[in-house]
This record gives sequence, C-alpha cells and structure tokens, in this order.
Amino acid sequence: MIEEEDIDLLLNDMYDLYGYDFTRYSRASLKRRIVRLCSLDKFPSFAELRYRVRNDPSYLKRFVEEITVNVTEMFRDPAFYKSLREEVLPVLGTKPFIRIWHAGCSTGEEVYSMAILLKEANLLRRSLLYATDLNPSVLEKVRKGIFPLALMKQYSESYMASGGSKDFSSYYTAQYGQAKFDNELSEKIIISTHNLVSDSSFNEFDLILCRNVLIYFDKDLQDRVLKLFDASLGTLGYLALGTKETLKFSAVQHKFKQLNREKIWKKIM
Amino acid sequence: MEENHVKHACQLLLIGGSAGSLEVLFKLFPLLRADLPFPVALVLHRRNSGDSSLSDLLASKTLNPTHEVEDKEPVEPGTIYLAPADYHLLFEHDRTFSLDYSEKIHFSRPSIDVTFESASEVYGAGLVALLLSGANEDGTAGLQAVQREGGRAVVQNPETAQMPFMPNHAITHMAVDHVLDIVGMANFINALE
Repeated sequence: MIEEEDIDLLLNDMYDLYGYDFTRYSRASLKRRIVRLCSLDKFPSFAELRYRVRNDPSYLKRFVEEITVNVTEMFRDPAFYKSLREEVLPVLGTKPFIRIWHAGCSTGEEVYSMAILLKEANLLRRSLLYATDLNPSVLEKVRKGIFPLALMKQYSESYMASGGSKDFSSYYTAQYGQAKFDNELSEKIIISTHNLVSDSSFNEFDLILCRNVLIYFDKDLQDRVLKLFDASLGTLGYLALGTKETLKFSAVQHKFKQLNREKIWKKIM
Repeated sequence: MEENHVKHACQLLLIGGSAGSLEVLFKLFPLLRADLPFPVALVLHRRNSGDSSLSDLLASKTLNPTHEVEDKEPVEPGTIYLAPADYHLLFEHDRTFSLDYSEKIHFSRPSIDVTFESASEVYGAGLVALLLSGANEDGTAGLQAVQREGGRAVVQNPETAQMPFMPNHAITHMAVDHVLDIVGMANFINALE
C-alpha cells in the first residue's frame, strides 16, 4: 500500500535531484503508474523504489518512461484526421511555410500520421514538424520511425477512415516484424526534449497538436500549458487537443473559436 | 450508532459491466428512484466508436441526469456518469474525475478494475460497487479492492446474466456481499442512503 505522503516524498526527490516536476500531475493516474512500476520491477516495498530512484540515475530514464503514459497510435480518432485534411490543411496550404508542433508527442505515431497527411496535400516539402516530449527515450523512437508491423493493419484501417486513399503500406518498408517509415517523412521532423511543466515557448507555429496530454495535468498546470500554446501560436493558428480535453474552462478560451465537433480551435485574437 | 450509520452511507455507486450488461441497465434504470442521493459511475466495455449515443440512450431510461464524463469534472450526487469509450476512469481525492489513456487492462479500456480500485482509495467504506454480466475477468480485482477498503461488493446473479463468466469469476474468487437479480438490484440501490 502506497500512501499519499510517500508519493509526495518521491515527487520531491524527482524535483530536487533531477529537476522533473510532477507535483501538478493528476495524482490518481500518477499513483496508479507508480504502483504498477513497483510491481513490474518487483520492488519489495515503496522505500526500495524510492532508494533506487534517488541513488541510480540510470534508473531515472525507466522511471520517467513508465510513470508518464506513452500509449499512442497512428490516425487515432480518424474523424479528427479527416477534419485536419479537409478543413485545416487547405488553409495552412495558403502559407509559404508551415510550422507544426506536436507537444508531448511520445513515440511519434501522430507525428508520422501528420507527415503523411502533409505529403498527400502536397505540403510536406514546405513544412516542418517539431516533435517534443519531456522523455528522451521515447524521442529515440520518433527519430527511428520504426513501429511494430503487427499494428499496421489497424493503422491502415484508421488511415482509410480518415480519408486516405493510397496503399498505406507504400509509406513503410517491412522488415523483421517492424515497419520502417520513409525517410522522406522523418527528414521533416525536428526532435527535441521539451517539458511543458517548466519550459517556455520556443517558436511560432501554425498548428499545435497536444492530444491526451492535458488529462494527466491538474487544472492549474492545464492553464499554464494552454497559455504557453497561446503564446506559441500565430494569429489564425490552430490548436488540436484530445477528444476528452477542452479549452472551455481555461483563461485563454475567449481567444479561440472551436472549429467543429472535433477538438480543434482556431486562434481568433 | 449515528457515526456508524454515516460511515456506511453510500457516497458513490459504481456499476461495471461487459457483454450482456446493457440489457440489464435498460431494465434497471427505469426502476431507480428519480432523485438518487449519491453519484453513480458506469464503466462499460464497448467498441471505441467515438460516438456518444450510448449516454443519450441510457439517459432516456432514467430521470436522473446522465452523461459521459469530461476530464476533471466534479463528481456530483444525483448524476449518472458514463466512462468515455477508450479511456480509463479514475477518481481524485478532491472528488473530481480524471481520465487516463494508459495501456488496456484485461484487454479493456475503460477497465472496471482500474476504476473500482481508484474509487476505493477515495471513497473507502462509502463505496458500493456492482458487477454485471460479462465474458472476461475484469472487475474481480476491483471488487476485492472495494471490500478491502470497507466498501460493499455486489454482483449480478450469474443465472440471470447473459454472460455469466464475469459475475461467476467474482463469486468464486471472493466472498461478495450480495448476489442480486435486476429487481433485487433496483430494491437494493433505491434503499441505499
């Protein structure tokens, strides 16, 4: 049984020793992940997990990867991607140059989905996709662009449902049970660590995607991050969130107008 | 006496179900009193279709307001909440909901175990959890957590379940507090304070 005070101690360690601040993360989810990690790595007690985190910097990498949620998929919520295809990309296409930020991109499935949309809209050549996450080990996977082949059937179905008409397998090479996505896609992706809790704006974007990240934050932190996005978007830029996330109660909501049923907002001031 | 009574008042009713559980809810909901004095949260295994018509359908069967949970929404008495498709549903100590998109448990997201376990930490003895028809073992570990924290574990009578595996699994792995058919569930829930 892990007590709330134990979690507080561990989060203080994380901040003091390594500079990672998880104190304003949703506690219910964070606690569940920590309990799960304790059982996965067979720690006999919470104290031993804490000792390992404090004294073994190499374990830190695993700890951060496991307590942050890195479950993602390509073309998740096809109707969302359809809306990007039909309503957002034609507008962005009128610009000479397109900058897109995937904030909290995890292992990059959404970044590659977007690169495919851009290619099909003939916009990839004049686009740059910035892929950031607080977790350096997931970013390695974005760089490689290699995903399990077993998932391609489902991804292909979602791709078709999003309005895709090509043969999905034309975007990757299959080898040893893995699908390696084309360099043409990955060379437009700029990868960098960025922590939404502590880091500031680093560019001006036309579209920011941050899907299923805010649900892990408490209200105050959600507000901070939404202000950061507001500061990082050009006028008439777009912000896309996960299907259960909203701008509705945030301080920046009056500066945005929701596009349609999908969770895409346009910055109007 | 009074203290004991307060301690065991129902502060949250959880209902978990999989295959065959919707039919149960469609029959159960019209039998429930119109002013439930506690919140109800439903965790149902269903396809990730992305449409929210299920909550409308359920809402049409009861006078209690019914809708899908939004992230960080407060848990209010008298409301029936439905876990959104493809998200785990968790409870924060300030009695708000949190959503989570981490890996599936028992091939399920939302997982009944995840929600029951999370709620048991927040609601303790004030929790009542009901497990309905289904064809997998999700829910048993959750019910055990509910009981461990002093809450009550109730299952559908497997003989009345379209898919008896899920309630049976609970009954054979723990001592549940009640085994009920649909009318029994309605009477039990309507009598909760």
